[in-house]
Amino acid sequence: MVWEVGSPLSIGAILFTVIIVAAMLIWVERRLLGLWQERLGPNRVGPFGLLQVVADMIKIFAKEDWVPPFADKFSFVLAPPIIMFVILMSFTVIPFAPGVGVIDSDVGVLFVLAMASLGAYSVMLGGLASNNKYALLGSLRAAAQMVSYEVFMGISLLGVVALTGSFNLRDIVIAQTDGWFIIPQFIGFLIFMIAGIAESHRLPFDIPEAEQEIVAGYHTEYSGMKFGMFFVGEYLGVLLISSLLVVLFFGGWLGPAFLPPIVWFVLKTSFFIAFFILLRAAIPRPRYDQLMTYGWLFLLPLSLLNLMITGAFVLWQEGGM
Amino acid sequence: MLRLIKDTLISQVVTLWRVFVHAFDKTDTVEYPDVQPQMAARWRGRIILSRDPDGEERCVACNLCAVACPVDCIALQKAEDDEGRWYPEFFRINFSRCIMCGFCEEACPTNAIQLTPDFEMAEYVRQDMVWEKEDLLINGTGKYHDYNFYRVAGKKIGGKDKGEARNEAPPVDVRSLLP
Amino acid sequence: MTMLFYLAGAVALISTISVTISTNVVHALVYLIISLLAVAVIFFVLGAPFAAMLEAIVYAGAIMVLFLFAMMMLNLGQATENEEKAWLRPQLWVGPGLLILALLVQLVSVLVTQRVDVVPVEVGVHELSVLLFGPWLLAVELASMLLLAGLIAAYHLAKR
Repeated sequence: MVWEVGSPLSIGAILFTVIIVAAMLIWVERRLLGLWQERLGPNRVGPFGLLQVVADMIKIFAKEDWVPPFADKFSFVLAPPIIMFVILMSFTVIPFAPGVGVIDSDVGVLFVLAMASLGAYSVMLGGLASNNKYALLGSLRAAAQMVSYEVFMGISLLGVVALTGSFNLRDIVIAQTDGWFIIPQFIGFLIFMIAGIAESHRLPFDIPEAEQEIVAGYHTEYSGMKFGMFFVGEYLGVLLISSLLVVLFFGGWLGPAFLPPIVWFVLKTSFFIAFFILLRAAIPRPRYDQLMTYGWLFLLPLSLLNLMITGAFVLWQEGGM
Repeated sequence: MLRLIKDTLISQVVTLWRVFVHAFDKTDTVEYPDVQPQMAARWRGRIILSRDPDGEERCVACNLCAVACPVDCIALQKAEDDEGRWYPEFFRINFSRCIMCGFCEEACPTNAIQLTPDFEMAEYVRQDMVWEKEDLLINGTGKYHDYNFYRVAGKKIGGKDKGEARNEAPPVDVRSLLP
Repeated sequence: MTMLFYLAGAVALISTISVTISTNVVHALVYLIISLLAVAVIFFVLGAPFAAMLEAIVYAGAIMVLFLFAMMMLNLGQATENEEKAWLRPQLWVGPGLLILALLVQLVSVLVTQRVDVVPVEVGVHELSVLLFGPWLLAVELASMLLLAGLIAAYHLAKR
């Protein structure tokens, strides 16, 4: 057993850690929201309420696994595993530290984008199969939102790719030894962050499941572990976007040598997770048309401009102009 | 363009900072079963029937509380003792229906029925939610210590004839022609 | 790798057949997505990871989402399914099926007689981009002009 990219030990450890951390994020989020709303949050089950996740899991497993008689059973059952699968697959290309990772792919960035685009099916199929008007509205919104924001997410990444000259996420981290990409790619960072939140439909942009408007959106009809998969999938998405932000713009595992690389990675990722929870606590949800207008009329030109300027800069540096 | 940047970026960042600062404030949560919360004196909780300063029941069974009750949870029956005092023969409040609105307290002319800050009245058996007069009556005056209805009312009872109440003129002798 | 190729090919074949014979439109679309993903895997095995990823992003991830999106608006119910079932009667399919079978036999026989060994050559992103923006620059620019024209036309249509 050795620690290297793709060894069974590495794969097992990453899978285990990612799922446990995603489940624990439910507790982290509730505690942090409590902190910012001057409440306490869950603190009854175990020390500091740490075992709340276990209690939730027991509850959610013991619930009736109900498929509505009017639903399309094939798609209804298919939808929740897709989101778990797709996001867990995205974690395969994330370089956690030197030697820690599942695969070292030359098309890592594209792989993440492909998986993100497949994630839309989970939401759409779930809403469509539920045969419920609120679910349908939710999945309509989700489809439009995810397809649109996927575009900006891809384009905002390309600045980093142009600076590195590689789609390999490990190369991208190594290219940041001299300076993190947050400085030359600040606009790309902002767009990627906004698009990432929209892509994982987290709270300011949780329009597909806006509970004040459309009950619970696409997962209105889901219960039990099927709902649990959507729920954990959301937190997996937060984890994925945070680690992608760290890898692409904040130098991944790079950091002063007094801490091991993996600790730097975890610290930076935790910062972004906390930031996403702060966003949830602070920012109200925009209207649906506002989100689309903002995306297509503001973020798209900005990201194209960013890509153009980055490309010109790279060419100028290489003396090609 | 500048306005868009101000609206979309700067105001959001300001909001984020203001919410973040809340992390350093004291939490408002009271951990109830471990710590008893401080209830306000005018909290509308468990209903009681009070006694006047002489230790007699204040309730005169006028039925105004039962009429005022929006959920009809109060039931009572008037009776009269040898001295002419009215009192409820039974007084029953069904707390499984009571919504603690306090209308009965407002309707009561004798300050007999009062709402207290106690709220711990959960029961396992539904029938236990129906409280009788023995359960409701307390040995005190509640929120109004000096008030005694029969001392200010003109009604004649044993030990207090007409005209003897506070601020009450003696009854006029209608047979006399003198002023 | 060869095993993976045949596995992906089988998945592509089965799911594509399922697309044609499935009466529920949503199920058909799901099978189509699976078929496209299987094709992406085939690209990957044949040494074209860039093409594989683009297949997944563009076809499976974007175009099929739009198909599904359009489908949501149509309110297809049991009636459509019955209609589809009625159209799937064997006597309507025997003729075209036999003709296609003849073509398939021809194709297989040609492939068997003229045996060409496919040697997967890994074409990385860099080589591909050098090709695209070198000798094939004009074609790329033409395609982008076409797409831009399509975008503007769609915008114009949506405005009216």
